Amino acid sequence: MTVATGALVAPTTKAQARWNQMLLVRSFHYTRTRTGLALVVLVAAVAVFGPWLAPHNPFAFVGAPFSPASATAPLGTDTLGRDLLSRFLDGGRTILVISLLGTVLGVGSGTIVGLAAGYSLRAVDEVLMRFVDMLLAFPGIVLALLLITVTGPNLAVLVGVIGLTFMPLTARVARAAAIQERESDYVKYAEATGRSLWAILTKEILPNITAPLTVEFGVRLTRAIGLMAALDYLGLGVQPPTADWGVMIQENQPGLTFEPLTVLLPVAAIVVVTIGINLVTDGIGHAAAGADRKVGD
Amino acid sequence: MTISLDQPSHSSALVEVKGLTVTVNARRPYDIVRGVGLSLAAGEVLGIVGESGSGKTTTALALLGFARPGTVISGSVRIAGTEMVTASEADRRRARGSLVAYVPQDPSSSLNPALRIGAQLDEVLAWRRRDRRQVDKTRVTELLQKVKLPTTREFLRRYPHQLSGGQLQRICIAMAMLKRPRLIVFDEPTTGLDVTTQGHVLETIKELVGPEGAAAVYVTHDLAVVGSIAGRLGVMYSGLLVEEAPTPTVLCHSAHPYSKRLVLATPSVTRRRELHGIAGTPLNPRDRHAGCPFAARCEFAEERCWQVGPQVVEVSEGHRSRCLRAIEVQASQAAASLSGRPGWEEKVATTSPVLTLAGVYASYGSHTVINEVDISVGDGECLALVGESGSGKTTLARCISGIHPDGVEGYLGFDGRALEWPAKKRPREALREIQYIFQNPYASLNPRRTIGHLLMQPLETFGIGAGYAERRTRVAQLLQRVALPAEYENRYPSQLSGGERQRVAIARALAAQPRLMVCDEITSSLDVSIQASVLELLGKLRREENLTMLFITHNLGLVRAIADQVVILQGGRIVEKGPASSILDGPAEQYTFELLANTPVLAGPVGAGE
Repeated sequence: MTVATGALVAPTTKAQARWNQMLLVRSFHYTRTRTGLALVVLVAAVAVFGPWLAPHNPFAFVGAPFSPASATAPLGTDTLGRDLLSRFLDGGRTILVISLLGTVLGVGSGTIVGLAAGYSLRAVDEVLMRFVDMLLAFPGIVLALLLITVTGPNLAVLVGVIGLTFMPLTARVARAAAIQERESDYVKYAEATGRSLWAILTKEILPNITAPLTVEFGVRLTRAIGLMAALDYLGLGVQPPTADWGVMIQENQPGLTFEPLTVLLPVAAIVVVTIGINLVTDGIGHAAAGADRKVGD
Repeated sequence: MTISLDQPSHSSALVEVKGLTVTVNARRPYDIVRGVGLSLAAGEVLGIVGESGSGKTTTALALLGFARPGTVISGSVRIAGTEMVTASEADRRRARGSLVAYVPQDPSSSLNPALRIGAQLDEVLAWRRRDRRQVDKTRVTELLQKVKLPTTREFLRRYPHQLSGGQLQRICIAMAMLKRPRLIVFDEPTTGLDVTTQGHVLETIKELVGPEGAAAVYVTHDLAVVGSIAGRLGVMYSGLLVEEAPTPTVLCHSAHPYSKRLVLATPSVTRRRELHGIAGTPLNPRDRHAGCPFAARCEFAEERCWQVGPQVVEVSEGHRSRCLRAIEVQASQAAASLSGRPGWEEKVATTSPVLTLAGVYASYGSHTVINEVDISVGDGECLALVGESGSGKTTLARCISGIHPDGVEGYLGFDGRALEWPAKKRPREALREIQYIFQNPYASLNPRRTIGHLLMQPLETFGIGAGYAERRTRVAQLLQRVALPAEYENRYPSQLSGGERQRVAIARALAAQPRLMVCDEITSSLDVSIQASVLELLGKLRREENLTMLFITHNLGLVRAIADQVVILQGGRIVEKGPASSILDGPAEQYTFELLANTPVLAGPVGAGE
């Protein structure tokens, strides 16, 4: 039996993969998805390959603070006289990676909580959702501040903070979607044939709520980048002297009036990636709505 | 259909429709209704019958000069001398309501939920609020009386949600007739109603149309309903009017193969006879070819049927058919070509019952929906559970399969063992032996799974077949047994038609090798030709596997066609039970008698396999 079940996993995942693939392919019919993806790839490329392309060590002093563009520093220098271009090229990784990991954690745990609550209803639902409500009662940033003040800022804590902030929001979305599916006849059929709780949750319900969850992931990712930038700005995120777009906004503020590029460059990168992710999410959302309509009738 | 549209109508007809065509404005335009020609005299009711996608509703709307967005009407619709198709939008709007009126399928969504009934009735007569005070209330009162509704002020002050479905539909009928239109278009007005309510509404329509001097077009998918109300029938298929004749002629001496098969597919409440489905699926007007659209499903089809689009043939006075072989079709004995296919044999079990229910109660929260129900079903029998909406028939079926979510009390026994509730407390073997098939095949199949996986799942859950390879073979066999092509294994449910999906659901139930199949209105969302073929399939499977069946339905015609035993439910209680033929022929209870009296009778067809 176990061997046979193992053999059955392959086509199941294949079918599921085909559906997801279909969703992405469909979303690509929209210009917004393609534009968004181009923007995301652009910024991601800067973050990934930037460190190798940087002309200087991001921590090295190459000139006077806030000096204008020159041969040594193509975009000028920052508040301490370090090369702005090098710091910009080096500063994308931390913020994007932490945001991504935090979102994966938050949306992942939120999905599990939401599915469990939405399917079981009654007692389990009450307990889980009241806990979720408790977390929701804190404004996101306050919860983050509280935790970081207690533990001190390190990367794992930042990922955890983003995850914890997003978990309740995703849990609500996943629960609402799961409640709708649990009433459907195919779930009733699974119950009538005695499928296990785990199979019903992961094989029957989860595949049918991927569309709202994909959209949720995109929305949360942009919020995560914003949240990270805010934490950096407040000095609770990534710590100087690490080169990081959020940190750069904060430390270069004094030069905003006479050397605005030092602040606007990291701001622009965050804006572009946020718009890009939103456009892709929007496209996927549209494609999912269209696909589900087709399924519906 | 090259009739000059400029010429004035010489006939005395009140409504004259010529070459009515509705075209979809796509990159490659196609006609969803093509060349429909009709004429109606005052007081006449013409039935238009067709299955889903046949263009019957589009035709009905086109009679009002209304085209859904993206479509264009051409041809001519002349009502009492007024041309609807070429009229300006303003003229058409004035004509609607006063010259031609429409009664929609779903009254609850066509009345404004935020306005009182009285206001909505007055609105028909006086569009502006300040004119409403001068409205002639006598006409409103007169019509309310005619549709057998109260005329009290209290009643007129109600909102739509405070009325029953039948009352709402009567309000819609009264609204349609207020301004004495010359043509009334009924678009499946009784589809969502219970049989008793349907009977009353049909009665009302019959009494109203004639005396008002109007003509009526009654659109429906149900031959029995239209047979009881219309003097003449038009049969539509793939956007074409394929036959038009007096109702008895269509039912008994049809000259079109499609009408002929449609009659054979429709269950009759008066006589047990074979139901014969029509193989294949209707042609989408988009894929229309030069030949006859029915050719692919037609047993009379010849080589030329694929090449020449048939013209309308006048078979006899007032009987027109769009078939190249109309005369031969009419002369042929349809029964002859279909004989030799046994279906649902009557069966009386002699052994002890397989399924026993004793003193079963079920509730939703504090509301009891099943009250002391005792049922027993013998081995290999087919028991029909009949009731109107709210009778608890689905709840009872769900108690048996263990998926009723709330409290169930009493004894449920299967094969001598007690059945636990809910399903998860039952042993795997009991879950396997009782298989439930849902009403709506659009919801019962997980949309993210291929058909192959859906069929694989019960095999996997119940450990049927050793190993993946053997199960794959079984899946292929299952598809074959429900007459679906093998390549459907890789399709998703959304790529299948309703009938095909229900076949998949049947195959999935069969995969578990059950002893009892609980079929919950499994054909109510399907067209009659598809319903008949699904039932044919079930009848065959039942015989081969000696399946015991519990068939839930509200359709007494179906009961007549397939059931051995009948249980009539009302408000969660059993009204009457016993052998199907004796209950249908001589009901002992008043309620059963009323149900039977209100069920439209399909008059006259010479049934096959008698």
